[in-house]
Amino acid sequence: MNGKPAPTSTTSPDLPNGSGAAAILAAGIGSMMVAIFAIAADKSAAIKSMMIFYKPTGPLSGVTTSAILVWLISWAILDLLWRKRSVSLGRISTAALVLLVLSLLLTFPPIADLL
Amino acid sequence: MEITIRSLLTLVHGMGFGALYLLACSGAIVELYRRYSPAAALPITARDEAFLRVYLVAMAALAWLTVLTGAYIIYPWYRAAAPPGTANLAAFPQRLLMSSPTTIAWHSIGMEWKEHVAWLAPISITMAAAVFVKYGRNLRRHRQLRSAVLCFVVISFLAAGIAGFFGAMLDKYAPVQGGQTIQLIHGE
Repeated sequence: MNGKPAPTSTTSPDLPNGSGAAAILAAGIGSMMVAIFAIAADKSAAIKSMMIFYKPTGPLSGVTTSAILVWLISWAILDLLWRKRSVSLGRISTAALVLLVLSLLLTFPPIADLL
Repeated sequence: MEITIRSLLTLVHGMGFGALYLLACSGAIVELYRRYSPAAALPITARDEAFLRVYLVAMAALAWLTVLTGAYIIYPWYRAAAPPGTANLAAFPQRLLMSSPTTIAWHSIGMEWKEHVAWLAPISITMAAAVFVKYGRNLRRHRQLRSAVLCFVVISFLAAGIAGFFGAMLDKYAPVQGGQTIQLIHGE
């Protein structure tokens, strides 16, 4: 208890938003891929069979593993493209949030069954 | 008082990792909303920043532990196929739910939604943790970045809440049981 205030580190005013934008859009893409792969496996017996990466878990193993791979690859590519620059974050984050909300809705079976 | 190994691991998955993640979400939302708002008056200390960094990384680890234990340990027990002619379906939760029109929707809607929507939580919170590790207190200056991260954390909370709700209800109507029995306390 020396009464000294806790140190406050400096901010970096010039840190471009590209890396953050890449992470946000990739998360939207990855979430959407969970829904897309799940619907594809539900509609097609061939895709369902292809998605069985681990038999006890069934097609869920392939659906989620594939979505995670697409998410990580898209994140790496977008980060490589945008990390050193600032991008139009408003449009990118809106697109990512739309993808996220759509994935939330499309994983709901009564909605997915309408497709 | 005894518990089967499958019930215990289901508890670890749901009440251990999943419920803890849901609790942690509220803390992350409040912290990101209040402390990292551009209008917040108090300065963010290095200790505050390090705390939220560790907190979000721990949340990401919890979210991954929840979905991975769910998909690769609990779910195979849930979806196990009953041998033909099995009369007692207690050891086959999915088949038990599907055997009655009053419970089938817990599987066809509840589990079918839960098994997929749950994965939005680790994806979203991993992104939030990565962005925070990179930007830290600079999120105050990047207003749109902070808003987007906050929205993703809120939706991850919603996704985890949906998965948690259906997990609890499924375990109520068709609990995952079986395996070795562990004696917790001997009765008198």
